[in-house]
Amino acid sequence: MFEIFGIPSTALFGQLLIGLINGSFYALLSLGLAVIFGMLNIINFSHGAQYMMGAFAAYLLLQHTGLGYWPALIIAPIIVGITGIIVERLFLQKLYKLDHLYGLLLTFGLALIFEGVARNYFGSAGLPYTVPDSLRGGQNLGFMFLPNYRAWVIAASLGVCLGTWFVIERTRLGVYVRAATENPALVRAFGINVPRMITLTYGFGVALAAFAGVMAAPIYNVSPQMGAELIIVVFAVVVIGGMGSILGAIVTGFGLGVIEGLTKVFFPEASNTVIFVIMAIVLLVRPAGLFGRRA
Amino acid sequence: MRRTLGLAALAATLACGGASAQQVNVKIGVLSDMSSLYADIGGPGSVAAAKLAIADFTKDNPNVKVELISGDHQNKPDIGSQIANQWFDVDKVDLIIDTPNSGVALAVSQVASQKNKIFIVSGAAASDLTGPKCNANTIHWTYDTWMLANGTGTAIVKTGGDSWFFLTADYAFGHALERDTMAAVEKAGGKVLGKVRHPLNTNDFSSFLLQAQSSKAKVIGLANAGGDTINSIKQAAEFGIVKGGQSLAGLLVFASDVAALGLPTAQGLVLTETWYWDMNDANRAWTKRWQQERSGKWPTMIHAGVYSGITHYLKAAVALKGNVSDGKAVVAQMKSMPTDDPLFGKGTIRPDGRKVHPAYLLEVKKPEESKHPGDFYKIRATIPEDQAFRPLKEGNCPLVSG
Amino acid sequence: MERVVDPLTEKPSALRTQSETIGFVIMVAALVIAPFVTYPLFLMQAMCFALFACAFNLLIGYVGLLSFGHALYFGWASYLSAYSAKAWGFSPELAILTGTATAAVCGVVAGSLAIRRQGIYFAMITLALAQMMFFFALQAKFTGGEDGIQAVPRGHLFGIVDLRNEMAMYAVVLIIFLAGFMFIYRIIHSPFGEVLKAIRENETRAISLGYKTDRYKLVAFVLSATLAGVAGATKAIVLQLASLTDVNWPMSGEVVLMTLVGGLGTIFGPVVGAFIILVMQFKLAPIGEWVLVIQGAIFVACVLLFRRGIIGELANRLGIRL
Repeated sequence: MFEIFGIPSTALFGQLLIGLINGSFYALLSLGLAVIFGMLNIINFSHGAQYMMGAFAAYLLLQHTGLGYWPALIIAPIIVGITGIIVERLFLQKLYKLDHLYGLLLTFGLALIFEGVARNYFGSAGLPYTVPDSLRGGQNLGFMFLPNYRAWVIAASLGVCLGTWFVIERTRLGVYVRAATENPALVRAFGINVPRMITLTYGFGVALAAFAGVMAAPIYNVSPQMGAELIIVVFAVVVIGGMGSILGAIVTGFGLGVIEGLTKVFFPEASNTVIFVIMAIVLLVRPAGLFGRRA
Repeated sequence: MRRTLGLAALAATLACGGASAQQVNVKIGVLSDMSSLYADIGGPGSVAAAKLAIADFTKDNPNVKVELISGDHQNKPDIGSQIANQWFDVDKVDLIIDTPNSGVALAVSQVASQKNKIFIVSGAAASDLTGPKCNANTIHWTYDTWMLANGTGTAIVKTGGDSWFFLTADYAFGHALERDTMAAVEKAGGKVLGKVRHPLNTNDFSSFLLQAQSSKAKVIGLANAGGDTINSIKQAAEFGIVKGGQSLAGLLVFASDVAALGLPTAQGLVLTETWYWDMNDANRAWTKRWQQERSGKWPTMIHAGVYSGITHYLKAAVALKGNVSDGKAVVAQMKSMPTDDPLFGKGTIRPDGRKVHPAYLLEVKKPEESKHPGDFYKIRATIPEDQAFRPLKEGNCPLVSG
Repeated sequence: MERVVDPLTEKPSALRTQSETIGFVIMVAALVIAPFVTYPLFLMQAMCFALFACAFNLLIGYVGLLSFGHALYFGWASYLSAYSAKAWGFSPELAILTGTATAAVCGVVAGSLAIRRQGIYFAMITLALAQMMFFFALQAKFTGGEDGIQAVPRGHLFGIVDLRNEMAMYAVVLIIFLAGFMFIYRIIHSPFGEVLKAIRENETRAISLGYKTDRYKLVAFVLSATLAGVAGATKAIVLQLASLTDVNWPMSGEVVLMTLVGGLGTIFGPVVGAFIILVMQFKLAPIGEWVLVIQGAIFVACVLLFRRGIIGELANRLGIRL
């Protein structure tokens, strides 16, 4: 047992591991945001609300159909993804010709609506949702007790993040989507249905948010404001990573989770400002973000 | 603000100058959080409680006419202050009641003092309302931070939980809870092994809970509220803290929070409240009536406090023969009369504006022990009213000589 | 680069200023008569927010920069004004000056960090900085945390005029509001203002013409922050409290909403928008559950259908400038 800066090493490793777990959520959420911004140039302020909708969908599935956590992991993102598609068709399509900032304002308004409706029907205290039986309990790793569920969270997010990155950067579908952002007219000329691709990409980004929501439901309070509290931090993560970069979002998400975890040990009161400080610094030094491609 | 014919009637009656013997007309405003964080513990439920109080009282006293309005302060002191000003000045409201959120309550208390009207706080916790910030127009009902800290702290130490670790929300309310509970614990002979401060609205408590676990304290005190408390408890269950032998003390927990957590997660949690719906038949009967307007929800002590406060106010209004325009006089009247209502039983209001009644140390039942919906708690101990609240002399209230 | 504000129909300059002057006269007349008809405290609060929205509009409407963290200046000015009046016993005009100075300093620091980037990055930096200062306000002792600074004395203006008299307070607030409003008007219709508009339309071209655009943007930013500070500092004295609500990001969102509803890039738009949103907040208070939803719906409707805002639409229909 040795000490680093007065903290026993066991506690430090424990906090690092926990930081990674938090980082998984940041990575998943910022991945969805990065996909949407990188591919579509839309700043999706309702991402937090869609995360919340994923958690609520999981709760409702359990209440009304008895479907538990595992089916919810697939079904909830699909449901919420479909609402995303509807939003894109009805509202966002009208704004592509205009400045990015209108998209931000619209999705901001939508976020308020989603949160308000959720609050009216479910109250603000929160809804119960527990860890599925198959993932209960944990392992005693010596330096800490690691709940099984948290280990699952790391594994699942890594899997989804890497999978998404692979699809976008290494497959033909990803190439089409990326090309369509840079030059939609040309890609359309090749016979590819660009508007549909955009719609589906938005739906996919939203589904990612909902997936994170389902994963959060057993351990974080399922309340209408759960997304609002998280969204600003996630924006900071995406900006630091580089708004168009998928890899940037993933790496930064995990990295910032670890940094936040360390701050909680050494200087807990500052743990919610550290991300913003880093963001301000990065923006000054590398405006496109750590991995970004365009300024 | 609902403008009803009552306003015209009120004006007409006032103009008559009380010609009809003992005709009492008052206007009450329920100012609460209807749409955000505290909507469940106060909110529309408080309005429902107010309606019951008015219905019950006017049934036995047909010469009393009460007009009720309600408003949403949205947890913003600006809006709360603005509404209070408008209600007192323009809408001729005599009494404002409820206001969860101490910031708003402090602001409204000021307004009530300036306009010489009356403010009964049921929802907010700040013990300063009967301490340095007390005034002759404000009465603090239901509960406060001192009672929570002392009730939970002292009672738990007495039942064996004598080593503590604090998980505190890093802002004034959290610090105050932590400070008061620490004092109570040490006074009762317990030890505080450590504490950690977390930022307000933290999502993830794992690192803090790890530290609490390794401290090996028997009790982990949660000096936080709302979503933070729920998250701490949920994650404590995940990390097997209660299974590992430590117990959690929630310093500010309401029945709605317990419902949000569910019994499997919240079981074993120890907390203090001054009213619980399932404690006796009178409470149960009242709850059934309350649920006709708020189906599917459970009343909290704040809602009961609104009922109790309005009932007592109306009694005072009758005793004063309907002359309710001088707020200080009415409050003085309320302090001079002992309180008695079906929910809180008998009690008194002290010179510093503090309503005193017994408090109850409660423990959340295990799922197997819960026999019907809403059966959340078992009563571990009763704290008599002379010990439940901060002693009069220690409050630094300017109204109390010293 | 796409502009946020649509161009309004151009008319010869004589007519332009005529419509604005008429509008100004109407506004002043309305505000002078109003306290005798409506509750003065509400009007005073509305004027503070109207000034706040006008200050915000200076940045977005005329320079094209969307600041998503304007609550920083409003809120911290409010805190310092409240604290200096209560704890240091400053008279109200000194308290308001203190608050304004605080906002100006914050504006200089934040501006020099944020101006380096444009568009969405600019908005994100302003948001991040505002969040940092929110957390700082949460933990600092003097702000009173969740309770805020309460019981701020109205005091005596210049040591003579007792501001507890509602009419005296109203007159003071009206003067401050009109002064701020006219100052913004002067900025917009000055050579400096023309350069700002040029930067909004095409920054690259402005640079190629030799203008140091960063400097202009910074000055505009600081002016906007300072005026927001005036609004916040005055509000603290009027309502006699300063709280976390003033520095939190929903407040930043609200000022965006006010300006959007009223009309980005119009002179009177923010004023009208502020009044509408505040009236809505109070009228809806009894059915409070739906406030959030309605605000969101208004945002969505404005962005999709009423991008010009109320005053903008009016001006467009009549072919005048407002």
